[in-house]
Amino acid sequence: MANLKTSEKKSKAQSMGLHTEVLTGKTQQKFFNPDEAENFYYFGTYDVDFNKRTEIDVKNMDCREANKKIDELMKDGYGTIVIKNPQGKHSLGVGILNKLNLIFEGSLGYFGCGSMDGPIVRINGRVGWSCAENMMAGKVVIEKNAGSCFGAAIRGGDLICKGSVGARTGIDQKGGTIIIGGDAGAFTGFMMQRGRIIILGDVGINLGDSMYDGTIFVGGKIGSFGSDAVEAELTNSDQDWLKRKLKVAEIGENFDVSKMTKVVAGKKLWNYDALEPTEKKGAI
Amino acid sequence: MCGIAGLIHRGNTSNVGFELQGMLQALKHRGEDSTGYALYGKTDGQNFIMRFKVGENVAEGSSSVKEDVSVYDERKKIVDSYLSELGAKVIKEDRILPYSLRYEIQYDKDLMEFSQKIESVEGVEILSMGKSLEVIKDLGNAEVVCNRYNLDKVVGTHAIGHARMATESGVDIKSAHPFWGYPFSDVSVVHNGQLTNYWNNRRVLENKGMRFMSECDSELIAVYLAEKMRNGATLEEGMKESLVGLDGVFTYFVATKDSLGMAKDTMAAKPLVLYESDDLVAMGSEEIAIRSILPQEIETYDPFDGEVKVWQI
Repeated sequence: MANLKTSEKKSKAQSMGLHTEVLTGKTQQKFFNPDEAENFYYFGTYDVDFNKRTEIDVKNMDCREANKKIDELMKDGYGTIVIKNPQGKHSLGVGILNKLNLIFEGSLGYFGCGSMDGPIVRINGRVGWSCAENMMAGKVVIEKNAGSCFGAAIRGGDLICKGSVGARTGIDQKGGTIIIGGDAGAFTGFMMQRGRIIILGDVGINLGDSMYDGTIFVGGKIGSFGSDAVEAELTNSDQDWLKRKLKVAEIGENFDVSKMTKVVAGKKLWNYDALEPTEKKGAI
Repeated sequence: MCGIAGLIHRGNTSNVGFELQGMLQALKHRGEDSTGYALYGKTDGQNFIMRFKVGENVAEGSSSVKEDVSVYDERKKIVDSYLSELGAKVIKEDRILPYSLRYEIQYDKDLMEFSQKIESVEGVEILSMGKSLEVIKDLGNAEVVCNRYNLDKVVGTHAIGHARMATESGVDIKSAHPFWGYPFSDVSVVHNGQLTNYWNNRRVLENKGMRFMSECDSELIAVYLAEKMRNGATLEEGMKESLVGLDGVFTYFVATKDSLGMAKDTMAAKPLVLYESDDLVAMGSEEIAIRSILPQEIETYDPFDGEVKVWQI
């Protein structure tokens, strides 16, 4: 990592994927208050056993029936659920706020696994637009391709696509990591605010357009940089992190991360940059 | 939003009417104000098939006109007399609905002059003209239109279709897709999206003698491509030029008697999922459209921004 005290202001920011990292004593720390514990539990969360496994065939179910069935199975303690015949249906596996192993034997349509917090999902197929939108935590692995708006507005967790993805991947991303094994379309990282995107293949035009924080790593060719996106120095700590992340994601084995291009926000935002890092998190 | 679907069988024929009906019905949540089919059947290639309307579907609530159906007979008579004047010989005549007709015609002269004459009759519009193309469009969802026109038995090589949610023009047949690529035989277009430089382009094209039948922005694509081809461009060249010449967000399909193409705007703002194999290409706004004819696990992908593809039968 760059020496923050001695390096130039611009490279300090770029090495961290941020604009400024100079602490001025304004940082506000927020602590967990046990008296407010009840506010930190979700309704509809269950104790499940990963070794308790079942399968359901959703061929003749609509998305509401299928999602309700998943909820009922979690309530019965099933921790591993296999979904057969999803056949491109929309909105499957949404709103799961629980630990769970969820396996889809086939492809999903739009908004698959959206607004979830905690599950580990494997999709042995393709996903349509807006997969895992608003994901808070957990892991989603897609074995084939994905549509546009992949990982829109995710706040945490790992979202991995082993194939290629459409346009606007990581739009409005606020945290977490998105990893793409193939190529990505135009406007990847559009209005990105936090988190990281890794693309092993090529990426389309307007990469990181209007981003104001976060980091994008690209292994292949870049169609063009968007407004506000600039190239930054790829540090040793970046490379270490990339290797570890790709290994955990079981993707890009033997990929030479040292050749990757690192992209960060180049524009100084008057209000946003006045905040300390932890305050930025609060602001987002 | 609207939904579009298309398929092409390469090297063989299939029941494309039934297949497209399934694909469009799977997309009915994207709009069921009207549905349209452009079906490319197997013909002997000798005669033209002219699909045309002499009025709107008033009974189902067309928003464009409140006319008495009794005028349809009179309009048909005028069309018949004009056909005779033009030297076109009607081989076969089907009046499928009071306002919708299908003529098999022997004609070997200029199609632009032909169309201008026929469409000079008030309320008359040629929906398609071609030796394998037939455009059928009407109010209602895919199943309703398919049943109304008995399309599920149509055999052919390829087809494109459209499920419409009317946003910027009326709920009527004249604004429904597909649009015929006047004055070229066997050219049709369907579109999902919005074109923001419609009026600028329309004025330019009208000054060049091209004709618009509706105020639906999607019609511009058919006219735009037809004008490019009239000036010697290939279909693919015209489609690539359209990525610059047309402003807005769009995914569209265009079909000719032996090919099917797709184009996606440079913002990639409208969806498209594509399945491609040696003997079949199927595509639609959503994967569930493709699943209606290929329920097994298949490899599909989203074409990227600014992509143009053309397949031959």
